[in-house]
Amino acid sequence: MLSYILKRLGIGVFTIWFIATATFTAMHMVPGDPLSNERGTNEIIRANLERQYGLDKPVFQQYLLYMGNMLKGDFGIAFSEENRSVNDIIREHFPVSATLGLLSLLFATAGGVLWGALAALYRNRLPDAVLMFLVILGISVPSFVFAALSQLLILNLNQWAGRSILPVAGWGDFRSMLVPALVLGMSTMAFMTRLMRSSMLEVANTDYIRTARAKGLSPTRIFFRHQLRNAILPVITVLGPAIAIITTGGFVVESVFAIPGLGRYFVQAVAQLDYTVIMGTTVFFGAFLVLVVIAVDILYGFIDPRIRLGAV
Amino acid sequence: MNSDNFSPHRCLRVFALLLCALFAWPAVAQNGVDFARQAVQIAMTGEPRNLNSIRATDQLSIFYLEHVKEGLLRKNARNELVGGVAERWEMEGTHAKFWLRRNAMWSDGKPVTAHDFVFAWRQVVNPEVAAEYASIMYPVKNAEAINAGKMPLEALGVRAIDDYTLEVELEAPTGYFLALTSFMIYYPVREDFYKAQNGRYFADVENMIFNGPFKITRWVHGASLRMEKNPTYWDADSVTLNVIDTPYMTPDSKARFNLFKDGKLAVENGLQGLEAEELRDALANRMRIHSHSDGTVFYVEFNHRPGRVTGNTNLRKAMQAVFDSQELVYKVIGIAGYIPGRSLFPVYMNGVNDKFRIEYPVPQPELNLEKARQHLELAKQELGVDEIPPLAILCDDREIAILQAQYFQALFKRTLGLDIKVDSQTFKQRLDKSQNGNFDLILTGWGPDYEDPMTFGDLFASWNVNNKGRYSSPVYDSFVRTAQGTSDQQIRMDAMGRMQTHLIEEAVILPSYERVANVVQDPRLVGVMFKQTGASMVLTYARVVE
Repeated sequence: MLSYILKRLGIGVFTIWFIATATFTAMHMVPGDPLSNERGTNEIIRANLERQYGLDKPVFQQYLLYMGNMLKGDFGIAFSEENRSVNDIIREHFPVSATLGLLSLLFATAGGVLWGALAALYRNRLPDAVLMFLVILGISVPSFVFAALSQLLILNLNQWAGRSILPVAGWGDFRSMLVPALVLGMSTMAFMTRLMRSSMLEVANTDYIRTARAKGLSPTRIFFRHQLRNAILPVITVLGPAIAIITTGGFVVESVFAIPGLGRYFVQAVAQLDYTVIMGTTVFFGAFLVLVVIAVDILYGFIDPRIRLGAV
Repeated sequence: MNSDNFSPHRCLRVFALLLCALFAWPAVAQNGVDFARQAVQIAMTGEPRNLNSIRATDQLSIFYLEHVKEGLLRKNARNELVGGVAERWEMEGTHAKFWLRRNAMWSDGKPVTAHDFVFAWRQVVNPEVAAEYASIMYPVKNAEAINAGKMPLEALGVRAIDDYTLEVELEAPTGYFLALTSFMIYYPVREDFYKAQNGRYFADVENMIFNGPFKITRWVHGASLRMEKNPTYWDADSVTLNVIDTPYMTPDSKARFNLFKDGKLAVENGLQGLEAEELRDALANRMRIHSHSDGTVFYVEFNHRPGRVTGNTNLRKAMQAVFDSQELVYKVIGIAGYIPGRSLFPVYMNGVNDKFRIEYPVPQPELNLEKARQHLELAKQELGVDEIPPLAILCDDREIAILQAQYFQALFKRTLGLDIKVDSQTFKQRLDKSQNGNFDLILTGWGPDYEDPMTFGDLFASWNVNNKGRYSSPVYDSFVRTAQGTSDQQIRMDAMGRMQTHLIEEAVILPSYERVANVVQDPRLVGVMFKQTGASMVLTYARVVE
């Protein structure tokens, strides 16, 4: 078990190094640079700026310097917000993204398991058909459409009620998190519903369910103890990547609802070619994804006795 | 199977209960305007990039800085230049002298002194500080040499005679120097406070000190920023608003517009103007729209670098003779208020006694297809080609830019048979291509740095880094030198009148339009000031009425 974890962590570190190096290379190959602006600067000012940011050094030396600082946990100073370090940006904005992400994951998982089980229960009947139609909608409609529509809905609701029932945008209390979290979790919820439904149906036809029924166990007991518990495994599998996608992929939702999350920095940095923020956020998200995937794999061993970690 | 556990009715019941709870929840959010508290809420596209006045560059930082700090001079409610920290001043040739008012205070109660200006100005040109806007300080004696590291900071032409008298020596007579002193990089910075922040000056609320009408009291990065009236400001009596809050920061223009519709904002897009879609929405909903020139002039610039066919004057004149800026503005762009382009110098700029464009009317090029084709034939002969090779028109990736590029593409194909490729690029890639001269035509524009036609005029001087097409003409350069070498307004404006004529007669650029910013405003908010230089919106003299 321990050697397995160590091995996975070792591969994880290599993955992160690879992500960092690939990003660094790609970033420097893109035409343009972080210092260019609509208003050009003269050579004197340009040279002063390059010296200050260390961009006057050869690229390979910049790479070594960057990697060295990164090992010390220092991601450098942002180009786009000159008074803030990338570490500060991550520290202040990731918790916001994470809160929003976890809340939406909660919605997605609870909803997915509930609707999936419900659809399986009413297989090939009207509730199933309606749910599956909604699932297709949820998977295929992109989140920016959902975000814009739900914002319009809130606006109309508020105007109809004559007072602020839900905030149109902003971040603070639970009320302001509600709709963004729902919107952000929508496609994951739809995906999990589908997964849960097919998994439930599969389990329903297994021998052990039939045996349980033959033993005369109550349907409720069979449903919860045997069917649901076994069917939920695939959902846990997708939970890992889903955590990463949801906590990092909220750019559009963060933008529409004026939420100060990290996703915004992640995307804007690319447009601004903000070297340090691109590197910092990419490496951070990369490391986060790697860790979550490892954690899910380990968790698997506890949930499913058929999987023995030592044997890998 | 027992389905009671998953009764849809039960789910519905729970859902309905939740909805009721939401309705019952008390609404706590503030409104856009509050008469009793004299408080307003606004939204911004994002975080100010750097509030350190020495290094600030972006519109958001300029907006906040103009509210919380003040230079020697300032703009009053009628957009006129009046005394700020300076009570009176004298200017003659290359000498300027400012007498500071004794009651100008920092927010910790200490007086603003002449030494604070000397310290700040030296830091702006300090090569180690690497301020991007250092060049705006270059009119001060030795500024450029210090910035290049060739002279010590102390050589800068600014001196504190005593605590309340500041003496400035200029490199050359600069007609617009007084206007410059209201710009943020000329703001005072107190040395002891600055040094005590260890490089974090204005990075967070605890690192800030103010001498303007407002002070920043709360700043959650990327989320919100709150300004409150500064009681130690010398002219606090003329400030009515108590609070200017920015509780929303998002680049999504539709989201901000929805917030305005929801009554959460006092004004929406005061810094840039509404996007076309939001403007249509505002018009359809009969909202109160305020239109003002945002100062920016747009034009088609040609690549004049050697080897480019667009360096040929006859080819440019052919294009000029078929381009009607009215058609572009009224039929293609179609945003109310945009002014068809005629000149590099916008209509609002002042000349000697009147508006520059009234004193110096622009020559109007004739729209004539026949003449255009003659110019094209001449161009082909001069260039020694049978056909003009395909040209590339560089523009950014916004809808309005692509639309214009396509208009030019179709226009020049239809009238002159030219093949033009639209090269739409994202921000940094476009800058890279324009700096390296990878274009034939480029859709570009310029907003003024200071209030003088020279902020536009010197753009096409051969040495200007913002001369994207590298236009180089000894005649034009001589006009620029004449205007820069004197503070005699008549001589300066005459020279700039000649620049204007030269640009049209040589078809150096094709002026396309002057932009207007359309802003929606809560009718209870009055006294908002919009201007073309510095912060485009100022709320200092605004107030909420019942």
